[in-house]
Amino acid sequence: MANQGIGASVKRKEDLRFITGRGRYTDDISVPGQLHAHVVRSPYAHAAITAIDTSEAKNAPGVVAVFTGADMAADNVGSLPCGWLIHSKDGSPMVEPPYPPLVADRAKHVGDNVALVIAETRQQAAQAGQLVAENIEYDELPAIVSTAGAAADGAPQVHSEAANNTCYDWELGDKAATDAAFASAHHVTTLDVVQNRLVPNAIEPRACLAEYDPATGDYTLHLTSQNPHVIRLLMSAFVLGIPEHKLRIVAPDVGGGFGSKIFPYAEEAMLLWAAGKLGRAIKWTAERSESFMTDRHGRDHVTRVELALAKDGAFVGLRVATIANLGAYLSAFGSSIPTYLYGTLLAGCYTTPAVYVEVRAVFTNTAPVDAYRGAGRPEAAFLLERVVDVAAREMGIDPVEIRRKNFIPEDAFPYQTPVALEYDSGNYHATLDLALEKSDYAGFETRRDAARQRGKLRGIGVSTYVEACGIAPSSVAGALGARAGLYESAQVRVHPTGSVTVYTGSHSHGQGHETTFAQLVHESLGVPVDQVEVVHGDTSKVAFGMGTYGSRSLAVGGVALHNALQKVIAKGKKIAAHMLEASDADIEFAENSFAVTGTDRSMAFADIAFAAYVPHNFPHDQLEPGLDETAFYDPKNFTFPAGCHVVEVEIDPDTGAVEVVNVTVSDDVGRVINPMIVDGQIHGGLAQGIGQALFEDCQYDPESGQLLTGSYMNYTMPRAADLPFYNVGNHVTLCRHNALGVKGVGEVGSIGVPPAVINAIVDALAHLGVTHIDMPATPERVWRAIRDAQAAKA
Amino acid sequence: MATVSMRVNGKAVSADVEPATLLAELLREKLGLTGTHVGCDTSQCGACVVHVGGKSVKSCTMLAVEADGAEVKTIEGLAENGQLHPVQEAFREHHGLQCGFCTPGMIMSAVDLLARTSDPSEREIRDWLEGNLCRCTGYHNIVKAVQAAARAGRE
Repeated sequence: MANQGIGASVKRKEDLRFITGRGRYTDDISVPGQLHAHVVRSPYAHAAITAIDTSEAKNAPGVVAVFTGADMAADNVGSLPCGWLIHSKDGSPMVEPPYPPLVADRAKHVGDNVALVIAETRQQAAQAGQLVAENIEYDELPAIVSTAGAAADGAPQVHSEAANNTCYDWELGDKAATDAAFASAHHVTTLDVVQNRLVPNAIEPRACLAEYDPATGDYTLHLTSQNPHVIRLLMSAFVLGIPEHKLRIVAPDVGGGFGSKIFPYAEEAMLLWAAGKLGRAIKWTAERSESFMTDRHGRDHVTRVELALAKDGAFVGLRVATIANLGAYLSAFGSSIPTYLYGTLLAGCYTTPAVYVEVRAVFTNTAPVDAYRGAGRPEAAFLLERVVDVAAREMGIDPVEIRRKNFIPEDAFPYQTPVALEYDSGNYHATLDLALEKSDYAGFETRRDAARQRGKLRGIGVSTYVEACGIAPSSVAGALGARAGLYESAQVRVHPTGSVTVYTGSHSHGQGHETTFAQLVHESLGVPVDQVEVVHGDTSKVAFGMGTYGSRSLAVGGVALHNALQKVIAKGKKIAAHMLEASDADIEFAENSFAVTGTDRSMAFADIAFAAYVPHNFPHDQLEPGLDETAFYDPKNFTFPAGCHVVEVEIDPDTGAVEVVNVTVSDDVGRVINPMIVDGQIHGGLAQGIGQALFEDCQYDPESGQLLTGSYMNYTMPRAADLPFYNVGNHVTLCRHNALGVKGVGEVGSIGVPPAVINAIVDALAHLGVTHIDMPATPERVWRAIRDAQAAKA
Repeated sequence: MATVSMRVNGKAVSADVEPATLLAELLREKLGLTGTHVGCDTSQCGACVVHVGGKSVKSCTMLAVEADGAEVKTIEGLAENGQLHPVQEAFREHHGLQCGFCTPGMIMSAVDLLARTSDPSEREIRDWLEGNLCRCTGYHNIVKAVQAAARAGRE
């Protein structure tokens, strides 16, 4: 048998159904008698709802019901909750305005939910929805969409309870020490950066199918979710009050998430509630325009960053002031992203002794903002890796050398940063050296000259990032304000004939867990991967789960599985000891077989499994039948992937068009289970990171608050023709605090590459006098930067 | 209501549809062929690509009545006699899919490309796939898979 364990590029078990059209996504599932829902949405960014007349719609063909916010309020349906409490500098808790699934009196962003129409067919629901929309009276109010302007005096107020639209004003780090470092610094580099707002755009739109059985009181919700147990808990405990044991949530095949499918959304709350009222199944699937308006968005910061340096280029202090746009409402984890997933990463890979960050989080009349691939860490990496490059240029130091000089050395781990985290392992010099070698960094000037001969401006950019995955442990997260624990569960059920079913709380929506987790089973038990079934995404099957986000599946869920597998081996040893008439301590398990140490007596794993379920002679007071073990794993710390990304671009100076001609990365993601899958994760992250750097930009009209980028016609998604092949490599240091040595790979591409792209563009244009360019570096922006630099020189 | 008749994956089918019914809706909702996906409402994402008369078509942008009398092939009909199509094989072999949602449209589109040109360059593959969005793979392994399928087809 070919190697199927750790380190083998096993072909994916899940692929056959996807390549033959037999995947089962939420919208593919239908039940007899199901109704269809249409959500009537606010056409205004900010408006008082003065009247809704639903009578005409209620009489339209096929319509079963029309509900408004008043109906849900009358049933005491709760607010969509926020899962992380942040405290401001002055100790006060963040402002938490209500987030009703259907608004009753005021719409706060374009697309806000105003009414729900239920009809026999989707077309009838949509047609009646139009009749509702025509019979709503709005009093349009001034809107604020600007991140930088939201806290200004006189700005339109999104929530009456949030003065100056401020949710919190948070800080981290030693301000006095940082100010002192700046006071005595040899050089200070200051940079203003904009983190462009992004729309996650999983290609499968959000969807749900809610069922209610009046005979049993059971609710079932099929849902496009990354974490069905979390949704069940929130819907039960906070929103709808459905007893948790009467609510089953199934997240079947899910077509990408990237963060956007973590959170509880209004639609699933509305559909569950309406299904209960009507006693009928109801389906809703977002149109893409609804996805743009109502999926949680990502990023959207404005920041001033200042880096203080000694004469020799050593970083002595970093000061960061950020305004983070939360959108119109607090999303489930929206408050934690620009704080504990951002400020804590601002030491980067460097020994900067004093770091201070303050973040003002503001409400605006825009879609709520929450985790999107990288979630806080791309924002941190971008400003750090940009300001380091700018500082290097200002001081005449090579950008690679200034990084080397300030790296945390390999022998300094574990390393306590000044912003709360303790990095357990890493080797930043090694990942840098590998990336430079693989990208032929040393030979770049020849390529620059060759490009110049062709009329192109070629530049090279480097970024060296560190990030944090697998948010943990629960005790620390709790102390920082998390209202949830952050562990994972795994159950290993060995069947009597020796095949295995794994029940994991992690959820796969593209990551390939059905294969990777089966490889972990093979590694521990020797069972071939085709005899392992991995079950995920169903609250009626899996004990509990915190789900998949923050690159946590392997680092938390995988380690839980590993621990459950060790329990299976321990139980197997007890059974083997009994069967082989030896003591537990004398049993060894290796290569699919339990053996008595130093003898030729052994039993195959499958025979032990059979004995466990056919325990004819078990001493039942000492040995239970069965071979089925569960583990819950709460990590000791985050994991800290890191790496170096090198990008080369060529720019057409006449049009400003940027072509990415080389992407070489070297990432340390810890131990690699399936290299094929890991490389694929990096490819996807890189495409999203390049998308942020060059193409993607969610824009609202500053006056009306209308969403200007509401479809694929005007929100630029990266396409095959925009991207090159990626040169991917890795240098592994093992995580020191989990049993597998794994760190996490899902987000590294989107974190490391945006600053490398912009650094490359600035490198190509530096000789013209260009010092910075905001993302996305569209042809227009690049062309204007060239023209403005030339005008300034003239 | 209008009655449409066509051959889908080699079988004669007919259905009563509203005049505004899209081919994608007919396939998914009336014929139960849910392998054809719908990912957008502006004919951009390409998750819905099927073959009509042997050519790739975005089935979200074609009325069911326009396909009356046509020969339609969907992802469910691509494998024949239990044998995966070489493009399907190549996507699995080269990890050309992750979440799988764009995959049916991506495969159907690539099959049409290889029917038109047996030896496309990397640039031709990337340009051809301009109408198919993928958010997971960064296109790297999709392009590799199409190259491999083209090689296999020439051998």
